[in-house]
Amino acid sequence: MSSNYEDRDSGFGLEREYERAGMPGRGPRRMQRRKICRFCMDKVDLIDFKDVKLLQSYIPERGKILPRRISGMCASHQRMLAEAIKRARNIALLPYAAD
Amino acid sequence: MADKRTYEVVFIISPDADDNEVMRLSEAVQKLVTGQGGSITKTEVMGRRQLAYEINQKHEGTYVLLEVEGSGAEIAELERRMRVNDQILRYMTIRVDEDRRRAEKLKDRRARKAAKKPSAKRAKASSSETEADLEEGFAA
Repeated sequence: MSSNYEDRDSGFGLEREYERAGMPGRGPRRMQRRKICRFCMDKVDLIDFKDVKLLQSYIPERGKILPRRISGMCASHQRMLAEAIKRARNIALLPYAAD
Repeated sequence: MADKRTYEVVFIISPDADDNEVMRLSEAVQKLVTGQGGSITKTEVMGRRQLAYEINQKHEGTYVLLEVEGSGAEIAELERRMRVNDQILRYMTIRVDEDRRRAEKLKDRRARKAAKKPSAKRAKASSSETEADLEEGFAA
């Protein structure tokens, strides 16, 4: 299971995408590829708040929750993920705000 | 409240507490829960780890995870006790049975769908190699 998550980590680059979108001077950047929900592909039914490694890949530097428009997640999985991140924050596994 | 509920309880013990203290605390919790008519299905000391932010001027703590089954009364008592305990920096209880049941249902539905479809898929698969690959990937 854990190897599965590692795989997901390495294949990402979502964070970079996110930053690029917010950078001035580069102009609007269109994603050509249609984004697919990773959790749907992996058939995840439950997102555990203790799985810090997984959750970490969905919080960019600032500690915010990666929005759906960037990650391309489906609504139900985004909801699950947001809930899990908030739970993890509550027990200090993840920061509320970084820096 | 006749039905049984499953809860996940996580709490953080102060870093000042040594291993004995940790053991003592988790045992006390265990006793408390069983005394109230609940049962503990899992105890896991997740070990000492860095806190993502400061709690009571502490930067690390020992995480303990419990899985409790019961009516909910023992959770109320447990939370009351944890609230007054200075050694416990933070606690959180989550009811998990409903979510798990939902996940189980989704899984079942998927299994049934997969069982129903393959005949149609096979026919398609023989016609096109790439399509077969694609669908195999989804089914896995």
